[in-house]
Amino acid sequence: MEKNNLKAWLYLLPALLFIAVFLVYPLVDVFIYSFEEGYNFASQSFFGIGFYNYKFVLNDPYFIKALVNTFILVIITVPVSTILALLISMGLSSIKALRNLFQTIYFLPYVTNTLAVGMVFMILFKKTAYSDGLVNAVLSLFNIAPVDFIDGPYWAKMFVLCFYTVWVVLPFKIIILTSALASVKKEYYDAAKIDGTSSFRVFRKITLPMISPMIFYLVITGFIGAFKAYSDVVAIFGTDLNNAGMNTLVGYIYDMLYGDSGGYPSYASSAAIILFLIVLTVTTINLLVSKKRVHY
Amino acid sequence: MTDPKEMILDSGDAVKSRIKKTAIYFFLAVWGLMVLFPFYWMILTSFKSLGEYNAENIPKFFTLSPTLENYIEAFTSVNLLDYIFNTVIFTVLTTLIMIIVITFAAFAFARLEFRGKDLLFTLILSLMMIPNELVVITNYATITNLDLRNTFTGLILPSVTSVFYVYLLKENFQSVPDQLYYAAKVDGTSDLKYLFKVMIPICKPTLITVTILKVIECWNSYVWPRLVTDDENYFLVSNGIQAIRESGLGRDNIPTMMAAVVVVSVPLIVIFLIFKKKIIEGVSRGGTKG
Repeated sequence: MEKNNLKAWLYLLPALLFIAVFLVYPLVDVFIYSFEEGYNFASQSFFGIGFYNYKFVLNDPYFIKALVNTFILVIITVPVSTILALLISMGLSSIKALRNLFQTIYFLPYVTNTLAVGMVFMILFKKTAYSDGLVNAVLSLFNIAPVDFIDGPYWAKMFVLCFYTVWVVLPFKIIILTSALASVKKEYYDAAKIDGTSSFRVFRKITLPMISPMIFYLVITGFIGAFKAYSDVVAIFGTDLNNAGMNTLVGYIYDMLYGDSGGYPSYASSAAIILFLIVLTVTTINLLVSKKRVHY
Repeated sequence: MTDPKEMILDSGDAVKSRIKKTAIYFFLAVWGLMVLFPFYWMILTSFKSLGEYNAENIPKFFTLSPTLENYIEAFTSVNLLDYIFNTVIFTVLTTLIMIIVITFAAFAFARLEFRGKDLLFTLILSLMMIPNELVVITNYATITNLDLRNTFTGLILPSVTSVFYVYLLKENFQSVPDQLYYAAKVDGTSDLKYLFKVMIPICKPTLITVTILKVIECWNSYVWPRLVTDDENYFLVSNGIQAIRESGLGRDNIPTMMAAVVVVSVPLIVIFLIFKKKIIEGVSRGGTKG
């Protein structure tokens, strides 16, 4: 037993070492950073301890803008993508022919480089001196005046971002919901069929309760993922997100840390902790709601 | 026994169900097009010559004179090949080291006995809630202070542990029957040999799943590489693509940029088409992107 004891720790050593250095220590350190006022990377010095960093971040118009953008993105994309994924999964599980093909196609965005494909979206929506771009060309068929979706009005930019986000997150949700739907016992449907229950009622009384744990899982992970949106935004609007007015909370953190506007790890830390608290609150609310509503 | 539904099925119902089927297929096809179109557009654009592309006031859905010049341009005017090479090194090393580290950790948690095991495992599990954004700030400082910016070591080290995969693998290891372990012990097999001869072969499917998911993650990683590399010689594909976009090339020569985008996207799509079943199964068990 004793021998085993030491050996076990040896097996664990590499993992524990990495976890300690790159996960636990930074976790403690980020709180320290966030309270050290005016921390300087180069000299590793600071001039006081307190809430100044938080006050600065919460009063920074760029942060407020990032906060608003992120909330809009979350509120639009989480319900839209979940409902769309549910419709697609239900469609998929009600067909036999071509089902495999559709599933393969729907999964493609999951394995593509977010930065790379985001650039394709940028081109599709962009209006240049030469051309209004494909989307505007299609819109003009309906007599809609061309809009610059990339450098133009705020709602147009937000639309592209939401559209791309939904496009990127759907594969994961479709996979989860398709396998959840497949696990609903056939006997329930057979029983409902004999009783002559309408298909809407079957959906509401059988399907939805049976897959509700998975839907809530997707809502929770969806919220967390959308609050952390960043790469997709960079892919479409470039790295200067403050200038584009499209920054997100995570973008704000990285801008504070690095790049032309960077060098302020204390502000970045405060912003990261605020983001963490928001995600924690939203997740807790989700869990409380799901306790009441979800049928396990 | 006949299906009761069949007996009451009159022609009205048949028409209704056919309309319903058609509507479902139509809806699925529309979203299928939405997914495929960006891919089609990127491939199409990459084969249009620059002159042709710029002359199109309304973009055309086909090209009559496909050209490879954009691909040549993409490989010669930027170091696309270097970016790909860097990404391959980064992906292979990160995945390999991670698999080794998590296999040993999962084995210890699943099979060996030591004091405080349950407490330690619970503590590690609770770390799953910690978002990357929270720790990346200090890690950036750590790597900078160790003078590891613009090195592969700096790129790889913070990415080689995954609490979630330790958990996934531990669950899998635990499902291997105890009897096998005791039988091996009686035969005098060492723990290490047991791990390699019994555990790993049995749990190979999970290890493959984890490997593929990690490879996808590595190939697409953008944020961490951007923080710790500003020397072009260490750019990964995501950063390379972003650099191309912000440089003059991306602004003026869209077909070449699309050629680069195609080159970057193809490897993962090929991997996906080969391991389709494994990947989809793996994502439904352990995927997190979404």
